[in-house]
Amino acid sequence: MSIIVILAPFSLALALLGLAAFWWTLRNDQYEDPQGDASRILIEDPEDRPL
Amino acid sequence: MALTEGEAQTSAGAPPDEGVGGPDLSAYLTETGPGGRRLDLLVSGAHCAACIARIEGELADTPGVASARLNLSTGRLAVGLEPEGDPGRVVRALDRIGYPATPYDPDSARQAQDREGRELAMALAVAGFGAGNAMIFSVPVWAGLFGQELGPATRTFMQWASAGVGAPCAVFAGMVFFRSAWKALRAGRANMDVPISIGVILTLVVSFQETLLMGRDTYFDAAVTLLFLLLIGRWMDHALRRRARSAAADLLALQAPSAVLLAEDGTERMSPLRLVRPGDRLRVRPGERVPVDGVVETGESEIDNALLTGETTPQPVHPGVTCRAGALNLTGLLTLRAEAACEDSTLARIARLVESGAQFRSTYVQLADKAAAIYVPVVHTAAALTFVVAWMLGIPVREAVLRAATVLIVTCPCALGLAVPAVQVAAASRLFRRGVLVKSGAGLERLAEADHVAFDKTGVLTEGRPRLLNADPTDIARAAPLARASSHPLARALAEAAGEGPAATGAIEIAGQGIEARAEAGLMRLGRAAFVGAPLSGNQTELWFRDADGALFRFAFADALRPEAVGLVAALAERGLSASILSGDVEAATLRVAGRVGIPDWRAGLTPQGKVEALDDLKAAGRRVLMVGDGLNDVAALSHAHVSMAPGTALDASQSAADLVYPADHPERIAEAIDTARAARRRAMENFAFAALYNLVAGPAAMLGFVNPFVAALAMSGSSLVVTLNALRLLNGGRR
Repeated sequence: MSIIVILAPFSLALALLGLAAFWWTLRNDQYEDPQGDASRILIEDPEDRPL
Repeated sequence: MALTEGEAQTSAGAPPDEGVGGPDLSAYLTETGPGGRRLDLLVSGAHCAACIARIEGELADTPGVASARLNLSTGRLAVGLEPEGDPGRVVRALDRIGYPATPYDPDSARQAQDREGRELAMALAVAGFGAGNAMIFSVPVWAGLFGQELGPATRTFMQWASAGVGAPCAVFAGMVFFRSAWKALRAGRANMDVPISIGVILTLVVSFQETLLMGRDTYFDAAVTLLFLLLIGRWMDHALRRRARSAAADLLALQAPSAVLLAEDGTERMSPLRLVRPGDRLRVRPGERVPVDGVVETGESEIDNALLTGETTPQPVHPGVTCRAGALNLTGLLTLRAEAACEDSTLARIARLVESGAQFRSTYVQLADKAAAIYVPVVHTAAALTFVVAWMLGIPVREAVLRAATVLIVTCPCALGLAVPAVQVAAASRLFRRGVLVKSGAGLERLAEADHVAFDKTGVLTEGRPRLLNADPTDIARAAPLARASSHPLARALAEAAGEGPAATGAIEIAGQGIEARAEAGLMRLGRAAFVGAPLSGNQTELWFRDADGALFRFAFADALRPEAVGLVAALAERGLSASILSGDVEAATLRVAGRVGIPDWRAGLTPQGKVEALDDLKAAGRRVLMVGDGLNDVAALSHAHVSMAPGTALDASQSAADLVYPADHPERIAEAIDTARAARRRAMENFAFAALYNLVAGPAAMLGFVNPFVAALAMSGSSLVVTLNALRLLNGGRR
């Protein structure tokens, strides 16, 4: 049973990591233009121009 | 205030770019830092990866542009300009590659950031995280309820872990509800968020107490799951409103609330409408709308007042004549002197009528609020009774409080909170696929109640533009070359009837009169009766043609009926809705249309106020009226009717006054929208009935103490799922 003491915080930490990732995507305007982001990958551009 | 701001921006604008014409756009720039400025544009026609590459590539090669980023989802283009960059050049570059762009008012561009949506999304994510992870620790406790081995020490450890995860998440995610509830309480009202907040806070407090006292039942996971489910409903509601709002904002921006100002030295400058002052000189090109009321200074033309009055015959204007805001300039270049600022224009007077209508609207109580008004007192009384009765029956206080909290959590308004938003989102997306834009859920509810339809004639039942009445094909062919060379709507209609062919060469258009061309045989003219030397005749819309040898031909035009209109009236009758026509046009034209579509109840020559009075008469007779109209003369009526719809071609003011916007070419979708609205109301009622039934079972069970945390979690998610699935049934109907 004592394994719970390690596993429970570990699973929580993983979930928190996911939550933090979501928070980051939200702060980075990644949901502002879903259609455009889907299309941009199709543009053939010799030099990649991020934001 | 606004004026000084605008002027400051203008004077700080770019130095005039040599060798380029066109209006100055510097009033639309936003300062973004030292030397940097941003221009926000709405681009039409971009919808694929190639468009992005084309637009951003073209702008990257345009001198003076620092950056360009197109948002394909919203069609908005943000352009960063270098200090010497010229915004007009950007717009011309886009025009050249085939993507017409309209500058956005910086004010409305700044509002694009959706702060509320982000807050909701984050609250939803945290609640989801909390619900899932608190449950990890709750499941062993539930297992203990069913006789599995679980010592009190392990159980308390699990409960503390559950509290550690669940409680902070519940507090964070609950802030949305706590704030709204607090605001309502301070205003002396109770909304749905009050029982939610009380339920969540009471549950958390009781659960902490139970954990401290090594009790058996804690509800940390239930509290956060409750919030998670409610936030789904909240978020759907928000997404629906946001989509409708941004679509409406795009329509507004596309119809360019801007004016072209003419400076003393003859240069043109584009300006937001609100900066126009009386005395300013304005330039109105053919095809543009008159921005504010003004007197013609130079130029001759004809203007189309159809959207203002419903009248389809163009009016000739010359220096000295007053043009009203919203009229469409048809043929010649006009210079106007503004007589009123934007706020004092005819438009603004109509807007005030709209406001009074909006006040009437706000008295409408939405279904969900009606349900909350019954639900809130019932549930709170039940919880209080549970505590009092249990305590009087000798049950310990701690147990009695726990039972009262269980009543609150188990009768949670999850099903209620999801019932209406889920239905409205499903109905709105079904209609969206059919081109019908729902601007508010309340509008959908009111549409389901409508039992009478009042139509505007021009642009709704008719096409709102002239069609050639029967004429001899050889006559048409004779006049066609001249007609093709003209941009006047009557000539265009004549050219359309003639089909493809050559246009007259060397034709000269005389604004407000007609068009003439010199052929070998002599002079040919097409235009007003006086222009070609024909006798002045009746009131019909007409065009005269004089052949090179002096023969005269007359062409009569009328506003053509939309072919779907007859079917629409029949479809409405089938659904139990009566119909009438409220038109601002002359009697003869209205009677003709009324006879063709089969509406015996019609009124002609109505002023905007007259339309409102006609609606009031109907309201007094107990009818719930759906008003369908597109013109400025309809705006007041649109906002006074029980519910209103406007075609997509309507003026911005009409579209913002209407509850729903439908595609102008498909009036039959009005009937479809009514079907969907009625189906949505049925679904919402079913959901309410289910939620009531559920509470009738779960409430008493909790009062008697039969509910434990496991049952609560199961019942709560189960009822929410049923309600959502029932709402989703609406989606299937649209995929025909």
